[in-house]
Amino acid sequence: MNTLVCLLQSRKMVEEGSTLMRRMEICVAEAEKRSGKNAVSMQETFTVYLIETRPMDAVAEGHNPAPDCLWRRYSEFELLRNYLIVTYPYIVVPPLPEKRAEFVWHKLSADNMDPDFVERRRVGLENFLLRVASHPVLCNDKILCYFLTEEHGWKEAVYETGFQAKADSRLRALSATFRVRNPDKCFMEMKHYSDELQSHTSQLLRARARVADRLYGVFKVHGNYGRVFSEWSAIEKEMGDGLQSAGHHMDAYAASIDDILEEEEHYADQLKEYLFYAEALRAVCRKHELTQFELEMASQDLISKKQQREELATGIVRTFSFKGMTNKLFGQEAPEQREARLKLLEDLIAEGEETVKEKTIERAEHVEKAWVDIQRFKEQKDKDLREALINYAVMQISMCKKGIQVWSNAKECFLKM
Amino acid sequence: MSGHTVPADFSEHMLDLDEDEDLEVFTKNTSLPDGSPLPNSPSSMVNQYRLEDDDEGKEDANTKDIFVTVDHPESQVTAIETFILYRVVTRTTRSDFDSSEYEVRRRYQDFVWLRSKLEEKHPTLIVHPLPEKFVMKGMVERFNDDFIETRRRALHRFLNKISEHPILSYSQHFQVFLTAQDLAPHRKQGPGFLSRMGETVRAVANSVRGLRSRPEEFAVMQEYVDDFSNKMCCMDKVSQRIIKEQREYVDDLKQYSPTYARWGELEEELTEPLKGVASCVVQCSKEAEEHIQHLSEVLVPALHEYVLCAETLKAVMRRRDNIQAEFEAKNEALLTRKAEQEAQLQEEVDVLADRMEQANNSLKGDWVRWQHSMKTDLRSAFISAAEKNVEYYEKCLAVWESFLVSQRAEAGGGQEDVA
Repeated sequence: MNTLVCLLQSRKMVEEGSTLMRRMEICVAEAEKRSGKNAVSMQETFTVYLIETRPMDAVAEGHNPAPDCLWRRYSEFELLRNYLIVTYPYIVVPPLPEKRAEFVWHKLSADNMDPDFVERRRVGLENFLLRVASHPVLCNDKILCYFLTEEHGWKEAVYETGFQAKADSRLRALSATFRVRNPDKCFMEMKHYSDELQSHTSQLLRARARVADRLYGVFKVHGNYGRVFSEWSAIEKEMGDGLQSAGHHMDAYAASIDDILEEEEHYADQLKEYLFYAEALRAVCRKHELTQFELEMASQDLISKKQQREELATGIVRTFSFKGMTNKLFGQEAPEQREARLKLLEDLIAEGEETVKEKTIERAEHVEKAWVDIQRFKEQKDKDLREALINYAVMQISMCKKGIQVWSNAKECFLKM
Repeated sequence: MSGHTVPADFSEHMLDLDEDEDLEVFTKNTSLPDGSPLPNSPSSMVNQYRLEDDDEGKEDANTKDIFVTVDHPESQVTAIETFILYRVVTRTTRSDFDSSEYEVRRRYQDFVWLRSKLEEKHPTLIVHPLPEKFVMKGMVERFNDDFIETRRRALHRFLNKISEHPILSYSQHFQVFLTAQDLAPHRKQGPGFLSRMGETVRAVANSVRGLRSRPEEFAVMQEYVDDFSNKMCCMDKVSQRIIKEQREYVDDLKQYSPTYARWGELEEELTEPLKGVASCVVQCSKEAEEHIQHLSEVLVPALHEYVLCAETLKAVMRRRDNIQAEFEAKNEALLTRKAEQEAQLQEEVDVLADRMEQANNSLKGDWVRWQHSMKTDLRSAFISAAEKNVEYYEKCLAVWESFLVSQRAEAGGGQEDVA
């Protein structure tokens, strides 16, 4: 069932025309527990996931080569994603499945080692890889390729890119509050949208979890009918058989909720993906703000330096400066000094102009590329979520059909009593 | 001495000195007439007398010659108290009734009087229980329309059960209850306070001895009654618990649907499906509420009625035991007699022996009738509950299916098949 899902998804993404996906079939096949010593030499247990890849053309030609495979743990996926976020700040990078179980309802475990959680995480990790590998820009990344094919040496390769330094400065920049004078209106709207999306999806997930909990209660209490009917049937003569079989149906009804709610968890996971996507979208918008801010700062800096040059050249002080004050108090400086300072300023202005040019390009490129990816993301989101809602309806229909079945059966038993 | 002595139980004989059984209504709200039309003919009354259709009822319709309804609860306010009066309408072709139609007003207290008279006259017949004085745990709020309606239904059922009973329906007290415009003079007659006291004392004295042994069939019956009582209490509790869980489910559904609607307002392309889902959830929650309503009105009262029946059965078994105990006590006295007492004691023993045989036979006969009636009633309630469940799921299915249809139409039918 899992391989089928993986194949279906990968074929779907191939249609969208991506280079890596055309080349490679990717699958997260298994999960295993491992023990080892961590960074501070303490014994820990963690889960590793088996990534299997096969060249697509070999599959298409009908050969069935054994897949290449390697094991990765969640933290390595995180590392990969952090690298991608930093390296492609104009891309809405697909999110990872949640680190810890949230939106749990009573029967669902919050334990990371719980097999159901691990299984859902395996599916989520596979989904992540498929999304990244089918992304028109991300799929060409070398580090991604190594992640999928080089078990050892991958980490070194990532660190060699020096992304860590960029990651630190990016983190600092993005978490700082800065005032942007002229952010692009579309990006600001998009940022607002991402905040709202986060808020609504998390509210929905929370409400859904509560409903799941209640529904669980309703079904399980019917199991008590099963027990009482069974006991009661023992003391009745005519009614005994009818009660007994009705009791079995009540037990079946009570048991049916487990599968129903497990299926619904997959729906919840689909929504959760977009909850986390909202954050990735927001990050792209913030990056725009940052490039805009840096451009504004650089322009501002250039303007002020040009002003200083003007003042120095003409001797007219337009703006307050300490130098101006000291000149007034202690007399003007010597011509040689003035020349030296003017030369310095000219150099700085030249640099400043370069910087402004760079920042302008950086900003423009980011706007252009980011906007393309945001459109792509929007289309993907609309399609995926519409499908998720349809799937949800299908699940509800299936649950109703089961209910009709069970209660019709129970009615038959009562009729025969 | 084998271990068969039955422990004494005289709780049944404790005098209930509380006369104010229906003085719990303190609101000044005039209640609404329940609006059901007065049946015009015996056949139209058939539908009224049973809550659910079943074959048993239709069969009886052909042989029934008395039809009783309880309706139109109305608040009565006097200087000292406020209570509810119910209208009791009787139509009959029986010759021992002077007229063919009667309409009287009765309060809960009057029903209690009738029942106690019936039990007094026929201690080992199974007289259907009345609805309780008070309602437990605020499942239904006291004194409001729901409470009054629930009680009215139960009183209606009570009178119909009596009217269907081959012996009880011919009781003089029953006839008086149905026909006398003013019941008060009749209530004053009969064994008064003191004689009831005397009977209690006697019964207690006999019961303290305990019973030698029960005849096999009554021992079996007792065991059944105890088990049945347990099962009914469980069923009652489980049903109430299910209703509670369902109510909480509906409450959370009501919080759930707006999350889709609000999100829908944020989106463009997704607005329509999101609002669609929100609407589906709203509709399903309405269906769920209707379902809860049905459970409260049909299944729970039926189960609760049989919880009360189980208590009635226990009381009947106790009374039968006491009759046997009295006989045995007298018989023992006869065995250890002094010569001059013999004749009189023998007479008394004979009377008690007769009484015991009569009691046993009554019970045996009524037991069969009761079991049959129980099966019919509960079967009918369960069928109705199962049907309602099916109906609930069918309605929800339709809601979600129409949502799917609308989505597929949007997408141009390009979706994969989803079984």
